[in-house]
Amino acid sequence: MSHHIVEAQDLHFTYPDGTKVLRGISFLITHGESVAIVGANGAGKSTLLLHLNGYLTSTTGVIRIGDSRLLPENLKQVRRAVGLVFQDPDDQLFMPTVFDDVAFGPLNMGLSAAEVQTRVRTALETVGAWHLHDRPPYRLSGGEKRSVAIATVLSMSPDILVMDEPSSNLDPKSRRGLIDLLKGFTHTKIIATHDLDMVMDLCRRTLVIREGKIIADGPTGEIMHNEELLASSNLEKPLGLRPCHICAEGIQKGTGGGDTVTR
Amino acid sequence: MGKLEHQFYEIGHMDTLAGQDTAVHRLDPRAKLITTVVFIVTIVSFGKYQISALIPFVLYPLFLLAAGNLPLPFILKKILLVSPFAVLVGIFNPMLDQDAIMMIGSLPVTGGWVSFASILVRFTLTVGAALTLVAVTGFNAVCMALEKLGAPRIFALQLLFLYRYLFVLVDEAARMVRARSLRVFNGKGMNITAYGSLLGHLLLRTLNRAQRIHSAMWCRGFDGNIRVMRPLSFGRTEYIFMAGWISLFIVWRLINLPFWLGTTVLGFIG
Repeated sequence: MSHHIVEAQDLHFTYPDGTKVLRGISFLITHGESVAIVGANGAGKSTLLLHLNGYLTSTTGVIRIGDSRLLPENLKQVRRAVGLVFQDPDDQLFMPTVFDDVAFGPLNMGLSAAEVQTRVRTALETVGAWHLHDRPPYRLSGGEKRSVAIATVLSMSPDILVMDEPSSNLDPKSRRGLIDLLKGFTHTKIIATHDLDMVMDLCRRTLVIREGKIIADGPTGEIMHNEELLASSNLEKPLGLRPCHICAEGIQKGTGGGDTVTR
Repeated sequence: MGKLEHQFYEIGHMDTLAGQDTAVHRLDPRAKLITTVVFIVTIVSFGKYQISALIPFVLYPLFLLAAGNLPLPFILKKILLVSPFAVLVGIFNPMLDQDAIMMIGSLPVTGGWVSFASILVRFTLTVGAALTLVAVTGFNAVCMALEKLGAPRIFALQLLFLYRYLFVLVDEAARMVRARSLRVFNGKGMNITAYGSLLGHLLLRTLNRAQRIHSAMWCRGFDGNIRVMRPLSFGRTEYIFMAGWISLFIVWRLINLPFWLGTTVLGFIG
């Protein structure tokens, strides 16, 4: 039986202040799938992600990771199997140096010093950040922080990678680097984001969440072409799918906002 | 605020200094920590009118500065930055203690002025030593050393986290203050209510941040213990460093070296 399967059955969740965030979420994500979770701000994406490794416990409903139900008894295995990358790397990188941060998870898993050393090195080399290993995290650039945050999770060799807005606040080149990096991973990936162009590149399947419910679940291509559905969730058709207005208008009519002067 | 931000970035510069590779940087942090603590305790133990006996002690921070390749002006600036506290502690001494205890030429010097000067000298020495310790060791290593030496774990961790998030907090505060100052016109909006709400917001944001950090730690198997891989080695060099300096401190504490030198030289001349 594979550990890479994530299943949610009728999840409901209400915050202590009475805000109902999840209202009956069900899905099944199988081994090696790469799935995007999209939706408006406040639709419940981040709350859903925090359920996937047991940080939040649903009011009703069941989560299964692999072949076992998520219960307080097996939280430890689940946390190892499901690696969660937070939206703000400053929340994720709390140790004095990059090395200590990446070693934090493996050390908590009780691995030997030699094993921890190997894992930290492999994880940091995978994200191309080994040269940063003795730097303090607050001195890194946004892109470097993001790479290291991913390494902190990779070092625990998770089966499932869960990411909250991984491409936010990145410059275009760092964003491209991140997409290429994630493409290379064979893990089951669950990515909550507003970056629909990245979704087009990375995820074959997309779940659309609105007001705590899944309103669409299907192939990314189909969902991204459904403008009505996207608009109802405060989303827009990805730029990659829109006709290029510069080619369409600028060149034909010669009114593309003036002539470009190249120096 | 711009200035305050700048000061915090300069604290970050301490890490750069601590990242150098000299003989004193390579010493086990515990050896440097213990020696510095003994140094501070010895200085504090002097009587309140002592000044001359303190002079030899300046050698220890100077040695660390020289051997650790640290810029003296940088450390002096940092000492100046906190000096108002020391001045405030001692400023009333000259008024309270007006008995003349010595004469310079025909000018009587009161006990208050002497003890005030003594406070300033002691402050400069102790703060200087603490700053150089951090600059040759790194704040994190000092915390690790504290923990290894048996200080309560929670205390060392608190210090570590304080240092890690100091920069994030200052950034957050700086952004809020900037946002406020850009919307202040003719001094309106600079009142205490605005500051109260600003501080309140900062506190709430800090609480939120703490919650998120805790969840990030929890997700990576945090169970209340922070494990860090850092082999520390306490060898012969460390023992020699500690024994050498601590015995010097004891000698300087027991014998007023400048006074003894003075009298001996005068004796010869006489």
